[in-house]
Amino acid sequence: MRRPGFFRRVLITIMEYIDEYRNPDRIEHLVAHIRDISRKQIKLMEVCGTHTVTIFRNGIRDLLPNGITLISGPGCPVCVTPIDGIDRAIALAQKEDIIIATFGDVLRVPGSETSLLKQRGEGADIRVVYSAYDSLRLAKQNKNRQVVFLGVGFETTAPTMAAVIQRAKEGQIENFTVLSMHKVIPPALEALVQSPELKIDGFICPGHVSTIIGTEPYMPIARDFGVPCVIAGFEPLDVLQAIILLVRQIEHGEAKVEIQYRRAVSPKGNPKARDVMMEVFELSDSLWRGLGSVPRSGLKIASPYGDFDAERRFDITPANGREPPGCLCGDILRGLKRPPDCSLFKKACTPESPVGACMVSSEGACAAFYKYST
Amino acid sequence: MCLGIPMQIQKIDGNVAKAVLSGTTRQIYLDVLDEEAQVGDYVIVHAGFAIHKIDEKEAKETLDLFEEAGVLSPGSDNDHGVH
Amino acid sequence: MKRKQGKVTLDHGGGGRASRELVQSYFLPRFNNPFLGKLDDSAVVDFPPGRLAFTTDCYVVDPIFFPGGDIGMLAVNGTVNDLSAQGAQPLFLSAAFILEEGFALVDLERIVISMATASREANVSIIAGDTKIVPKGKGDKIYINTTGVGLVQDDVDISGSNAKLLDKVILSGPIGDHGIAVLSQREGLAFDTDLRSDSAPLNQMVEEILSVTREIHVMRDPTRGGVATSLNEIAAQSGVGIVLTEATIPVKEEVKSACEILGLDPLYIANEGKLIIFVPPEHASRVLERVRQNQHGREARVIGEVVADHPGRVVMRTRTGGTRIIDMPLGEQLPRIC
Repeated sequence: MRRPGFFRRVLITIMEYIDEYRNPDRIEHLVAHIRDISRKQIKLMEVCGTHTVTIFRNGIRDLLPNGITLISGPGCPVCVTPIDGIDRAIALAQKEDIIIATFGDVLRVPGSETSLLKQRGEGADIRVVYSAYDSLRLAKQNKNRQVVFLGVGFETTAPTMAAVIQRAKEGQIENFTVLSMHKVIPPALEALVQSPELKIDGFICPGHVSTIIGTEPYMPIARDFGVPCVIAGFEPLDVLQAIILLVRQIEHGEAKVEIQYRRAVSPKGNPKARDVMMEVFELSDSLWRGLGSVPRSGLKIASPYGDFDAERRFDITPANGREPPGCLCGDILRGLKRPPDCSLFKKACTPESPVGACMVSSEGACAAFYKYST
Repeated sequence: MCLGIPMQIQKIDGNVAKAVLSGTTRQIYLDVLDEEAQVGDYVIVHAGFAIHKIDEKEAKETLDLFEEAGVLSPGSDNDHGVH
Repeated sequence: MKRKQGKVTLDHGGGGRASRELVQSYFLPRFNNPFLGKLDDSAVVDFPPGRLAFTTDCYVVDPIFFPGGDIGMLAVNGTVNDLSAQGAQPLFLSAAFILEEGFALVDLERIVISMATASREANVSIIAGDTKIVPKGKGDKIYINTTGVGLVQDDVDISGSNAKLLDKVILSGPIGDHGIAVLSQREGLAFDTDLRSDSAPLNQMVEEILSVTREIHVMRDPTRGGVATSLNEIAAQSGVGIVLTEATIPVKEEVKSACEILGLDPLYIANEGKLIIFVPPEHASRVLERVRQNQHGREARVIGEVVADHPGRVVMRTRTGGTRIIDMPLGEQLPRIC
């Protein structure tokens, strides 16, 4: 491995901590090893949408032996946001004095009748931001308007949102609120593992969520349900190594929580980020597209920060959010069906005119399948 | 869920830092980083925030394991997850 | 009229003395040619025999000044390149301006100078023009339209529908520089890069390519939507499949890292000084060599080929052994966190 350089300005030849984990020769090497050790027919679920993309983009499914099946899970925060959430955001966007700040991921997701992107075309003031801080800056720059930030994301993003809300409180910013649609992942995994229709032999666990939460939340899954969990990084070598670790556990009849992504995840996670998150948010029951209501899986803004809760400040009565007929997003998010099983896939539902969130999100199983399968 | 990019810190000013990846620099926030950051450290950046300091030693070991076909033997000190 | 200070006013578009002074102070001296100098309603030129190539484009880029260029330079090079990619020798351009009331005259001057420099480098003359002023708020500083005409030789037949099985696909250099350079100046994205726009005239390169062989099937300058869009258009027009090899596609590290950070893909990012060339395999290495001798083509590579499979689709063999479909982009590339 090339030693990372200190401000190497003159010769920039690789992206450090990225390119080394994409080395094609090493990929072959790991794939050969998987073939050597894999005996049983097993189903592994990659929970995280970014893993789904890595797996597709690098053709990992094609490289694995036939006995190993990879199933995409519900780890795409945009995909699991119920239509109702999008409709509420759109209802806010339609109000005159509101600026909606959002991550780009949410813009094209269809609500019951329209999308934020289409609303922008109709004149709604919707701004794409890269970081939650940008939305606070917008509020400071537009003191006579209300800025509402759409809080979407799991435990990786929620602490960053919490930090910004704390800053807003310190600065007594009066025109800034957040519509929190944040969720936490482990309760959803437990719901999946208890599902009688789904027989998962191992979880490829999300890397950056685990940077925050550590290994502890996955323990009940390994200990009580006997399903191995490996926390994986996002480069192809990371995913392959994680699969090796899962296969070994399964072949040896073990069930424990292991970290493949050791450069970015420690067993205790990031306690500071968790503290900030739970200072501002509290757990609540939450509706997941496909999974229904999952207890204590959503993040609601806690009352000390109630001034920054868009739900409290604004009266939002959305349209009656219902799944469009024929849309299989729910089953796909639960790993029960694959995109080609959906009658709308590639016909009525395409990236240009998506019906469900799984097609419009850059990490949705349907979008990944559409883009990356030949 | 979750683009997290490894970047190297070039400058720190309170809770704000300037970080670089292969010639592209960005302003990042350190509010939720659980360790003291130093100039020269590598961090994982998500949505503009540093969420973890990259453990260089672990990174190197992971790469070494790729050479050996990436097998962590149970019971070794690499095994964080025996539960 | 005071130079170097002052703003555009509605009078400048009135057709009267203020308009005339605007033309004579700003445009004429810079674009400097006998046709424009006549100030007739139309330029009348002697046109060499042959087929005439004709193209038009509008330029609304924001910000108007960015690392490596400005809207004026784009307006000249962009139209020169549309003609060149058609296999035409660019001869004349027109330039029409829509200026917003309040636009700084010093910025106008800077842009006009830039256009003059670009047209000299490209060896074309701007022989017709127009300026209109719109009230404040009804425009966005400056919009430019350039229309160009060029000459196509008889034995040149270049078209997006001409790609043939086994053609090699050559790309003249690294992709994504322009789009990222412009993005880096946008409010709110807050990333810094040393990248500069690659805006450049490619007519010289095309002349050199055509001197190697006339059997060039397709050429395209991949602007908005990037290489992915151009290749998809060609695949559809020609009814062929295209296979790319990821490892051969030149991309600067700075473009790669900016894309990683924003969640973008270099294949979809705009370029303003690159050429894609479809050439039969027997001529490919000579064409490649010639392109590399040109100052704007030093890093040219063969990046793919035309195949019989999956007609209309572009597919890429990734570095890590998989295959990806390279689809048309939906629209604007949005930065993402997931």
